[in-house]
Amino acid sequence: MTGPDDPRLAEARALLAQLLRRIAPEVDLDAVDPDAPIQEELELDSMDFLNLMAALHEATGIEVPERDYPHLGTVNGFVAYVAAASGG
Amino acid sequence: MDRARVSWAEARTALEGLPGGRGLNIAHEALDRHAAGPRAGHVAVRWLRRDGAVEHATYAELAQRTARVAGALRGLGVGPGDAVFTLLGRVPEQHLAALGAWRARAVYAPLYAAYGPEPVRERLHRGHGRALVTTLARYRRKVAPIRDQLPGLTHVLLVGTPDGDPPPGTAWFEELVDAAPAEAEIPATDPEAPAVLHFTSGTTGTPKGAVHVHDAVVAHHATAAAAFDLGPDDVFWCTADPGWVTGTSYGIIAPLTHGATSVVDEGDFDARRWWSVLAEQRVTVWYTSPTALRLLRRAGPDLLAGLDLSALRLVASVGEPLDPDLADWASTALGRPVHDTWWQTETGAIVIADQPGHERRPGSMGRPLPGFEVAVLARGPDGRAAVAEDGSVRAVDPGAAGELALRPGWPSMFRAYLGEPERYAACFAGGWYLTGDVVRRDADGWLWFVGRADDVITSAGHLIGPVEVERTLRQHPAVLDAGVVGVPDEVAGEVVTAFVVLRPGEAPTDELVLDVLAFARRHLGPAVAPRRIEVVGELPVTRSGKIVRRLLRARARGQPLGAHPTVEAP
Repeated sequence: MTGPDDPRLAEARALLAQLLRRIAPEVDLDAVDPDAPIQEELELDSMDFLNLMAALHEATGIEVPERDYPHLGTVNGFVAYVAAASGG
Repeated sequence: MDRARVSWAEARTALEGLPGGRGLNIAHEALDRHAAGPRAGHVAVRWLRRDGAVEHATYAELAQRTARVAGALRGLGVGPGDAVFTLLGRVPEQHLAALGAWRARAVYAPLYAAYGPEPVRERLHRGHGRALVTTLARYRRKVAPIRDQLPGLTHVLLVGTPDGDPPPGTAWFEELVDAAPAEAEIPATDPEAPAVLHFTSGTTGTPKGAVHVHDAVVAHHATAAAAFDLGPDDVFWCTADPGWVTGTSYGIIAPLTHGATSVVDEGDFDARRWWSVLAEQRVTVWYTSPTALRLLRRAGPDLLAGLDLSALRLVASVGEPLDPDLADWASTALGRPVHDTWWQTETGAIVIADQPGHERRPGSMGRPLPGFEVAVLARGPDGRAAVAEDGSVRAVDPGAAGELALRPGWPSMFRAYLGEPERYAACFAGGWYLTGDVVRRDADGWLWFVGRADDVITSAGHLIGPVEVERTLRQHPAVLDAGVVGVPDEVAGEVVTAFVVLRPGEAPTDELVLDVLAFARRHLGPAVAPRRIEVVGELPVTRSGKIVRRLLRARARGQPLGAHPTVEAP
């Protein structure tokens, strides 16, 4: 279980910021709606999203199967998914 | 040529024309003639919303709603020849704005929603945008900061549920349309009146605004019949972005003129979602791109298990060459061949296709559709068709590579580059329109794509002009010069790669490179901005100062640029 104070959530969010810095360095994670569709809210296109998945794999070894992509479709979704995957 | 004329005259008879011989209007052919007949209650468009909701409109409903949009535009003083821009995704208002604009005899000019503020400003400015339909979020991010540079943009209409007062200088689209009178009758329309404005990128200079007229609908209708065998019982899904010419010609117009049902999916690309749209919507004809097929291939075969694709009868591809490998994979996965089609913004409609029911030659683009006459022309040292002093051009022998050229006169041919008659004239030589694509034609008439004759980049089906990107990069305070090329990519076909020279005193730190990347993405948007930026000491240039992009491409593939800039004859 992950709660709002779970350090893994904070870590996953920091990881997202770190990965985005190389793909879309203009994004300010603090300024976006964490529950809005990530591609639209962060102005990422499909290529950016795939690059994000590849960077996640490279940085953590987490390989997100294609069928799980919708779970990572918001900032909060991404953070929860990565926190759960890395906490396993 | 005579045969071509006969076939367009024949194609024209498949349409109705405005009642009383008052001309030809796309909106009448797409909506009103169905709304007045037995297909009035047939579903014209099914919109799959991002959240899973499904909305639909029948031909009668869409005719009525767009009549109000026309009334709203008229109320704002937007009339014949005025440009109505959109900056929207795949939402119902895209159809409403386009068809409403045509009813009002205004010009529909869609922009990629992924454009950043700079491409948006440039296109609105050059296209004399009078009205813009967009969302509140996009307005705030991309238009409000540059609005003061666009004095001609008198109306901004915001899509979405009205929520209080809209920002100054804007209005809610829905409120405006609800309150407007329905303009049921489309006024007399000259078939040669401008209807669509699409911007496309060239190698040099600014984006070009290709102007299409109402008569183009003759080609939209005829080519959809020839290339897709499209008919009123079809469920047609065109996945192209609405900002691209395909999104207009086949995303909006052709399925409606045939009385078919269009499927429009608002969601971002997601392999599982796409496969299930095909199955659940019982799509019969699917028009998509090699990039989308590559993404689906990448997602793996397990997503396909258990899906019923039995309704699907034809798959066609556009935007980039369909390589035989990918075509093979797709044919196996989908259980039916993928038909390649070739055309471009300037042609307005499909010109060359691997037509259903004809002999197939995998890897070939196919053959010209009825009504089109093509030639393959010998090229000069600049890679483009060689034009003799007397203005003549020369065809190559079968099997040899040359620039693909088309005999002018088809209905959807672009009629102008907006405000640039010289640039338009330069597209024609010896009685041919020069496409900028290099092809081979075999002895039996099948055409095989070879490459671009210029430096235009094709990334995920979008044409990107390197100059537009270079110009923005040079505006970064630390950047002295920039050279931009396309580099082969296994998913997108090509990706935009930039080489930048820093100003004296600037150090090529990671921080700085990321700052340049952020700058480019903020101004250009993700569809146009480079994916990779490399700092170099100097750019290879010709004696006349032109960037030698061929050498930059080589460098991007891992070959050294050399210690000194390579100087070539101009």
